Amino acid sequence: MKVLAIDTATEQCSVALRLEGRTIEERAMTARGHAEMLLPMVERVMVEAGCTLADLDGLAFGRGPGAFTGVRIAVGAIQGISLGSGLPVVGISTLAAVAQQFAGTGEAVLVCMDARMNEVYWGVYARGGDGRLTLQGTEGVGPAESVFLDDPRVVMGVGTGFHAYSVLKGRFPGLRIDDTALPRASDIACLGELALRRGEGLQASGAQPVYLRDQVAWVSAAQVK
Amino acid sequence: MRVLGIETSCDETAAAVFDGERGLLGARLYSQIALHAEYGGVVPELASRDHVRKLVPLIEGVLEDAGITLADLDGVAYTAGPGLAGALLVGASVAQGLAWARGLPAVGVHHLEGHLLAPMLEPEPPEFPFLALLVSGGHTLLASVASQGDYQILGSSLDDAAGEAFDKTAKLLGLPYPGGPELARIAESGRPGRFSFPRPMLHRPGLDFSFSGLKTAVVVAVRGVPLDDQVRADVARAFQEAVVDTLEAKCARALQATGLPTLVVAGGVGANRMLRARLKALGHRTGVRVYYPRPEFCTDNAAMIAYAGHQRLAAGQRDSLAIRAMARWPLNQLRPPGEHAA
Repeated sequence: MKVLAIDTATEQCSVALRLEGRTIEERAMTARGHAEMLLPMVERVMVEAGCTLADLDGLAFGRGPGAFTGVRIAVGAIQGISLGSGLPVVGISTLAAVAQQFAGTGEAVLVCMDARMNEVYWGVYARGGDGRLTLQGTEGVGPAESVFLDDPRVVMGVGTGFHAYSVLKGRFPGLRIDDTALPRASDIACLGELALRRGEGLQASGAQPVYLRDQVAWVSAAQVK
Repeated sequence: MRVLGIETSCDETAAAVFDGERGLLGARLYSQIALHAEYGGVVPELASRDHVRKLVPLIEGVLEDAGITLADLDGVAYTAGPGLAGALLVGASVAQGLAWARGLPAVGVHHLEGHLLAPMLEPEPPEFPFLALLVSGGHTLLASVASQGDYQILGSSLDDAAGEAFDKTAKLLGLPYPGGPELARIAESGRPGRFSFPRPMLHRPGLDFSFSGLKTAVVVAVRGVPLDDQVRADVARAFQEAVVDTLEAKCARALQATGLPTLVVAGGVGANRMLRARLKALGHRTGVRVYYPRPEFCTDNAAMIAYAGHQRLAAGQRDSLAIRAMARWPLNQLRPPGEHAA
């Protein structure tokens, strides 16, 4: 299967092409350059693989949680690419993508991503019946103090939330920590391929963000024009 | 050449198709007014969230209206600014993603250029050069337009835009959001002479505008006055007269100073009936031809973006793959189609 994946949800912008299990990826750290960099990165990865959209089976994107505007850049671009190519598209959780980086260890992980405003996006991922890391319960957003862990299998804490809020390391002293991990398009391509195989591909308009933080009007009330 | 136009700069999601030979083939628009009404103004994050839900179905719908498929398109144009950054990014991302996937050229269009050229969509379009009065909720300016992309700004608002003054005054009077058009509606039953407001900047040289003092004058005038429907109408009438007098006087001054033979009125306030009547009369008196877009192309729309983008694409202009969204983008940085864009 051949899948193109993109992610712009965090300060890392990434694009990956998964070709029958082999992956080509380009990543860049950027504060505000996602919009400018994204499609040139896509173009380079496609050229490097000698691939056109007609060769692909589907598309995947980081559907959030993450920076609202950042997430929408990937969503908008993938909507356009899906509309233009007719390729099915799947949205992959950025928390699941971070967890996927540690899938090789076989261990369950607590993912906490910095959500700004003294909050984290978080989720617990452990092996499911198919042997793959699977979300346990639901994804959440809230203050670091609200993160809870009742799954004894979890031995690792990963994600930028552990860097931003030291209270998290204090709350879960038994965990090994990687506080730098950011979502990557290569993992989104891998998870996207599985979702596409399960028949979860949608048409362009079905590609939508998941913000988790949905109480936004009060946040923005001061910006009302 | 057949161009898809996309507009998401504020609180309207819109898509349109313009064909160089057949003209406008279709235009669809979804307004977010109801979404923002309870906040009394546009909430940027909510606007962006709604654009990302509505845009693709609108594009599919407008292609159906036009009786064409994506394979029949020759280019994509999108509003690249100015506007709300997050809202602009939605349209820009979809447009560039779509153009890249189809192998089509794309071009980012200046929202105000779209407004200035909107009368070109009418059966009898104006000819260059012309004087343009652009009056909307976000902008108030007078520009000398030599050709597309060759704009000299003669005057602009130093504070509130004219449409913003309409909306804020309507809010003061307790009219439902967005109050501007409603204020204009009730002004028709207002009695003359009950209130009198200043004509800002009229006795100063130059072509700049200022409307924030007018709003303050309304606050002062209605202080302690019980607001029944008739009083509201009286205030609305006096307010509208003050704004229209000012706009008319500055237009007259600009026409005299430039000697331009044609006046184009664009932007949402350009749909105001009193303003249209007064500028038409001004045209009669001075021998100047006055042009307006139809009311639905005065307010934000994608037809004007498709048109402006078509002209640029047809002249060979091409953007890079960068998704462009500029919250601020001075109009006078533009260049004519085909020349290197700012």
